Amino acid sequence: MVFYLFCAIFALSAASYLLGRRRAVNVASFDALTLHSRPGYHGAFVAMWAGLPSFILVLLWLLFQGPVVDGLLVSSLPAERIAGLDSARIDLLVSEIKAVARGRVFGEPDEHVLAAAERFASWQGIARWAMAACAIALLLFGAAVARSRIGTRFRARQGVERVMDVLMIFCSLVAILTTVGIVSSLLFEAYRFFQHVPMTEFFFGLRWEPQIAIREDQVAGQGAFGAVPVFVGTLLIAVIAMVVAVPVGLLAAIYLAEYATSRFRSVVKPVLEILAGVPTVVYGFFAVLTVAPAMRRFGDAIGIEVAPNSALTAGAVMGIMIIPFVSSLSDDALNAVPQSMREGSLGLGATKSETILQVLLPAALPGIMGGVLLAASRAIGETMIVVMAAGLIANMTANPLEGVTTVTVQIVTLLIGDTEFDSPKTLAAFALGLVLFVATLCLNVVALRLVQKYREKYD
Amino acid sequence: MTDLPAATRDLTIDWSSAATKRRIARRYRTERRLRLFGLGAIGTALLLLGVLVTSLVITGHSAFVQSHVEVEVFVDPARINAEDPFKGNYRAIVKSAFLKVLGGLEGRADERKAVKMLSRGATLQVRDAVLDDPSLIGKTVSFTFPFADPIDQLHKGVTPRDVPENQRRVSDKEIAWYDQLASQGLISKPLNWRLLFAADSRFPELAGLAGAIMGSFYALLVCFLISFPMGIAAAVYLEEFAPKNKWTDLIEVNINNLAAVPSVVFGLLGLAVFLQIFGLPRSAPLVGGMTLSLMTLPTIIIATRASLKAVPPSIREAALGIGASRHQVVLHHVVPLAMPGILTGTIIGLAQALGETAPLLLIGMNAFITSASGDLLEPATALPTQIFIWADSPERGFVAKTSAAILVLLGFLVVMNGLAVFMRRRFERKW
Repeated sequence: MVFYLFCAIFALSAASYLLGRRRAVNVASFDALTLHSRPGYHGAFVAMWAGLPSFILVLLWLLFQGPVVDGLLVSSLPAERIAGLDSARIDLLVSEIKAVARGRVFGEPDEHVLAAAERFASWQGIARWAMAACAIALLLFGAAVARSRIGTRFRARQGVERVMDVLMIFCSLVAILTTVGIVSSLLFEAYRFFQHVPMTEFFFGLRWEPQIAIREDQVAGQGAFGAVPVFVGTLLIAVIAMVVAVPVGLLAAIYLAEYATSRFRSVVKPVLEILAGVPTVVYGFFAVLTVAPAMRRFGDAIGIEVAPNSALTAGAVMGIMIIPFVSSLSDDALNAVPQSMREGSLGLGATKSETILQVLLPAALPGIMGGVLLAASRAIGETMIVVMAAGLIANMTANPLEGVTTVTVQIVTLLIGDTEFDSPKTLAAFALGLVLFVATLCLNVVALRLVQKYREKYD
Repeated sequence: MTDLPAATRDLTIDWSSAATKRRIARRYRTERRLRLFGLGAIGTALLLLGVLVTSLVITGHSAFVQSHVEVEVFVDPARINAEDPFKGNYRAIVKSAFLKVLGGLEGRADERKAVKMLSRGATLQVRDAVLDDPSLIGKTVSFTFPFADPIDQLHKGVTPRDVPENQRRVSDKEIAWYDQLASQGLISKPLNWRLLFAADSRFPELAGLAGAIMGSFYALLVCFLISFPMGIAAAVYLEEFAPKNKWTDLIEVNINNLAAVPSVVFGLLGLAVFLQIFGLPRSAPLVGGMTLSLMTLPTIIIATRASLKAVPPSIREAALGIGASRHQVVLHHVVPLAMPGILTGTIIGLAQALGETAPLLLIGMNAFITSASGDLLEPATALPTQIFIWADSPERGFVAKTSAAILVLLGFLVVMNGLAVFMRRRFERKW
């Protein structure tokens, strides 16, 4: 239905284009030179004023129809049916009514539910037809008004361009809107979380056991929301990843930038970049399938016990993933060092390695640091590798052979499955998300600053 | 000129002295060492990539085939309701046919065990054949049934035969029956088309990726429809029209930062805004696509701006010079010239979106769907989330399935990135 409506809007807009164009040609008595704008612009003008408003109307309608109908549905239920139910129970009731309306009846719903389902189905039908009717009426109205304005002196091109400007500005604001959406939703849900759990407990508490009961009949722990062990685990895994990635990435960058022939470079660099393009769920599976058993066998061979979900496994595999980040940003930084510095050092009799270690690396250090920080923010925010390869239990330890958990693991495990938006368990995920967002944002801002400053220095 | 201080020490170096030679040798050693370390680092990285791919191929290749057994099935009219062939005891039909092939089993326990060697799909296979063609009732038809997972693993050599019976998932009896079937030449191992064309299942031998591929396709379609036009419009505005002021600076910083926000945070956004506030259905490809489009948007904007920048100003000036408006300049000349670069960036962004897992998990696109649906609002899964689900499944057969699914996903990514590289090579213009 909605799909056909969009098709209809599109087709009618196309028709309005032809209509407007025809009208313009007629008005100009078939001499296009007497028109201010080309006939196509007149057509586009009519099409825009026909299609855009009704398109926007349909989108808004679709966004708000669900909540409005739900509200009507709840208020139409007899008071004694919903008396004493909390919001979660009412939500359940509403979804039962919807399921019945769609013909999926489980068990024997009571009469109120059946009646409400009937009401719901009829409202849904009415809403759809009303939406279609309003959209088409608005479209025709827009087309008629726009068409009536066409004349030889009518500035259709300016009209079209103004609308295009507005659309383009809106599109560039979407980036801002996204950020605003992220920040406000995280802040809002985290605020609700801190109403349940004091901030001091979250930031300084040493016990993390969030698996509490959502419904009364579930068996679960008492719940403790001290996030310090989670932060420690995140840092531990990120540090292991950096220990793997920085030396390998930096040395690879040095070789590629200073020693490699251009042919070697043109082959090896894209192949290295593949490491960054592999989806992280693949790395996660690789960690579980290959790396973790190998680590355990190695540990057994030298007589150390390695946990199956050790921080070392997750960190090492994550390190593999971020090698290309470090290497390509360091490569850029080294390449940006002016040739004159290289030549000056070589001219004084330094060997190539002395030039690299004593001249180029110090000169490129800010850029390299920027790259390392970006890689660190990647490591902290990386999700699938740790979800699959790291542990679930918050373990306050710095021993890489034990299992630890991370912020992202907790977010995912808290939100998979039974999500209820007023339980501290669910809201805790948003508080963790807020911490994650702020931490990575700081790292990114500093890193981007460093990289940019450094670039300006040599430009 | 001021007076130079007289040379206070001898500046000439004795190049032939042993100390100098040692020093030079040391310096060259350092040189070689650095070079070697660099090569070693690159070698390590490439080796790791190689290990990653090989381990996936080694574990995954066996899932591209499936062992089958050929069974002559007598479609017993006594067991099927002729008016409504949907109702019928197909399980019994399959059982008696399979037992006839094995021949001479004693005891119900053995019989039950033997039938379990076949996949549960066998019953449905016979039923569907009869539903398709009711004239089969009363005839003897030859079917090839997939084996259940343990036997499949035995056939592929994953389950070892030489360990004690209680340490493997197939008993000695089952092995004997299997060997008997093998000696009769009834076992075949054709390509496993189910992997691509069947939907998900709890049983590894029946599970396929069709639902996941559909889900990913729809999510990417939505992502493309939203992020491609929006990305181009935003980039064109910022690059060609926007005044240089605080606001546009803010937007720019914003876009660069968005590109580095962890993907799981976008999942939180999708959950809180699209599902909670807008009330869109959970697990739907529409929501998945919308969430992914927010992540792809910065990539497309950055790529588009780069390729708009690469169009030389002379083009713009020439068009302006013959009387085009600024919009006409951009729409008729600059954007078409930048299109190859824009498309390359878009494909790369979509390839990233295809591999993205965490945001899809948060909005619930890890549903268990046994029939691929083609609707934007119905629950679905996507390729990466399907991989995640299978990786978590305990059955032995799902290890190979997961690797195979990863190979399929990597195949799609290779095709997309290859297309991007091809377009860059083929259409990129150097001005």
